[in-house]
Amino acid sequence: MAHITLKDVSKTYSGSAHSAVSGVDIAIQDGEFIVLVGPSGCGKSTLLRMVAGLEAISGGQVHIGDRLVNDLDPAERDIAMVFQNYALYPHMTVRDNMAYGLKNRGASRQELAQRVQEAATLLELGPYLDRKPRALSGGQRQRVAMGRAIVRQPAAFLFDEPLSNLDAKLRVTMRMEIRKLQKRLGTTALYVTHDQLEAMTLADRLVVLNGGQIEQIGAPLEVYRTPASTFVASFIGAPAMSLLDAHVESGRLVLAGHQVARVHAGDGPLTLGLRAEDLRIAPQGLPMDVEFIEELGAQRVVYGLVDGQRLAVVETGAKSISQRVHIAIDPQRLHLFDTVSGRRRDIVVEQQIPSHAHL
Amino acid sequence: MTDALTTNGAPKTMRDRLRLWWRAEPAHPMKRAQFNAPLAPWLFVLPQIAVVVVFFYWPAIQAVTSSFYIEDPFGFGATFVGLENYKTALDSTQYASTAAFTAFFCVVVTTLALGFGLLLAVKADKVIRGAHSYKTLLIAVYAIAPPVAGLIGMMFFDMHIGPFTEIAAWFGYELKVGVNYWDTVVALVTIAVWKQIPYNFIFFLSGMQSIPASVREAALIDARSGWRRFCDVTLPLLAPTAFFLLIINITYTMFDTFPIIDVIVKDKPANNPMTLVYKVYLDGFKGNDIGGSSAQSVILMIVVAVLTVVQFRFLERRVHYG
Ligand SMILES: Nc1ncnc2c1ncn2[C@@H]1O[C@H](COP(=O)(O)OP(=O)(O)OP(=O)(O)O)[C@@H](O)[C@H]1O
Ligand SMILES: [Mg+2]
Repeated sequence: MAHITLKDVSKTYSGSAHSAVSGVDIAIQDGEFIVLVGPSGCGKSTLLRMVAGLEAISGGQVHIGDRLVNDLDPAERDIAMVFQNYALYPHMTVRDNMAYGLKNRGASRQELAQRVQEAATLLELGPYLDRKPRALSGGQRQRVAMGRAIVRQPAAFLFDEPLSNLDAKLRVTMRMEIRKLQKRLGTTALYVTHDQLEAMTLADRLVVLNGGQIEQIGAPLEVYRTPASTFVASFIGAPAMSLLDAHVESGRLVLAGHQVARVHAGDGPLTLGLRAEDLRIAPQGLPMDVEFIEELGAQRVVYGLVDGQRLAVVETGAKSISQRVHIAIDPQRLHLFDTVSGRRRDIVVEQQIPSHAHL
Repeated sequence: MTDALTTNGAPKTMRDRLRLWWRAEPAHPMKRAQFNAPLAPWLFVLPQIAVVVVFFYWPAIQAVTSSFYIEDPFGFGATFVGLENYKTALDSTQYASTAAFTAFFCVVVTTLALGFGLLLAVKADKVIRGAHSYKTLLIAVYAIAPPVAGLIGMMFFDMHIGPFTEIAAWFGYELKVGVNYWDTVVALVTIAVWKQIPYNFIFFLSGMQSIPASVREAALIDARSGWRRFCDVTLPLLAPTAFFLLIINITYTMFDTFPIIDVIVKDKPANNPMTLVYKVYLDGFKGNDIGGSSAQSVILMIVVAVLTVVQFRFLERRVHYG
């Protein structure tokens, strides 16, 4: 168990013009579960593999515990990794797969047997210990890969999309198991995924990556409630936050000719972010032309156009919805972003006024 | 469909079947791969069977038959002698020493050729992992190499112009390939190994490249020593390739080294090393002892059959097929 510190870490692949990862600073506490999340190609795997030692670090420093590990071999970094395709040794039994890493570190026969037994019990792998990986289901292989990681009792677990080869239902179960296991063992974990739901449910803290740089670090709810940029806002949460062009006119936030709120900001354009569940269909308010409705059972998501801009609203009622509806906006739940940089702007939103008030 | 060629939907004779087949429209996609006549599959395998019968079974039967006869040297008929030819062969000290040399030759050539092939593959794999153009180039170069290598190898050891002879002379040793028994052995082994390395190299290399990158990376995390990783992960995953190559290499040493031996041993004093196959040829075609050489070749067939069975039973079980 250890803390992991990344200082200004960057990576440029040889033969590539721009860097895959740049200027990454993360301080991971001992026992913390950190999830790296972002779209495909944003450098999540690269970052994780640099911590693992599978990829050379081009710049910056990585500390695991108090050791600078930049120049250490993967085997010397005291980490364990779970791969997307499990990467089990096909010629070894489940038992040998789990024991191999520890055996190479000079554990006694007795200790080996005991630790493997413990891990097998924890992961309910007892009946499969003498099988080869090819005789296991995907979910069982996944468990063996987990077992291989925990047997060694490393300083940190590294996961690279470990659940993406499983079906949706198993993914949810395994997700919870990984979370429980990590809490119980108290081992620091760094977990890569492109699934924002997986990220939200697993993480103590999220690291949102975009184009090799950190967009935001924070607890899942914090990231959800106060996204630092339009990128984070549209990536975290489903349905995605609606982003609309608005502007400020002498202290009033105006969207599609309607005054939405009073704000303390100079005149000019702004990007207005609205979460679907913060909006309501009301008798009066912002007019929206309904485009289509996504029925989810417990609720439905109504998509429509406000002055030509796409907006999503969550609705729990079962009534049929007319072609044109009115949307009520809570001024306390607005997200405002700079139109050019996309960064969040902390603007004081003043008072509640009827959102349907015409100018 | 009612048709003159069929009764109750079934074709009447073989000829009618063929005619039906000729006239038939393309089958429905669902049925396309099915034959409703038992004839068609036989037609497809016939050429294959013919090749095997003509070039393998027929000569084999010939060999077995003539091994029970002593043929008149002048071609006037043959006398049935039972197992006499076998007895003569197995009792001869020359046969015993040739067999011993063949076994020795097999072990040494196979070990060295596999060892060097693997060593080169490991080194090459480090360099070209992932780089496709490199790999194609390397394989292309090595694919052309074997016949050329064999030729060059023989030139190297030539009594008069061979550079190896000169190098040895430089060290004060007179290398007499084809005259001195052990000098000849060294030359034979060197050329045979030299010629087989590229083949083994290609197979080992492609075997190494087919080990998933993530499995190697997992090993990188689990084991610090490269030698340990090689022994525990790479080698077992190469075992199917190695097993295949083992059989190929033994077969190669026993049979395909014939031309090498022929070039080096031909027209040279008689106490030279040679393989059993070469002795079959020598006794049969040079010595005109058809019966004796047939008996030897039957013994050889039995040895190979036994070897193959042993290899499959005892080695394959220890080999992992992923
Ligand atoms: N071995 C490599 N050589 C050159 N470029 C690479 C290499 N591996 C990755 N890259 C590049 O680095 C960038 C980041 O890749 P990375 O694999 O870290 O993405 P990722 O976030 O893990 O994506 P995904 O979710 O699809 O796995 C990509 O633009 C990719 O093309
Ligand atoms: Mg990745």
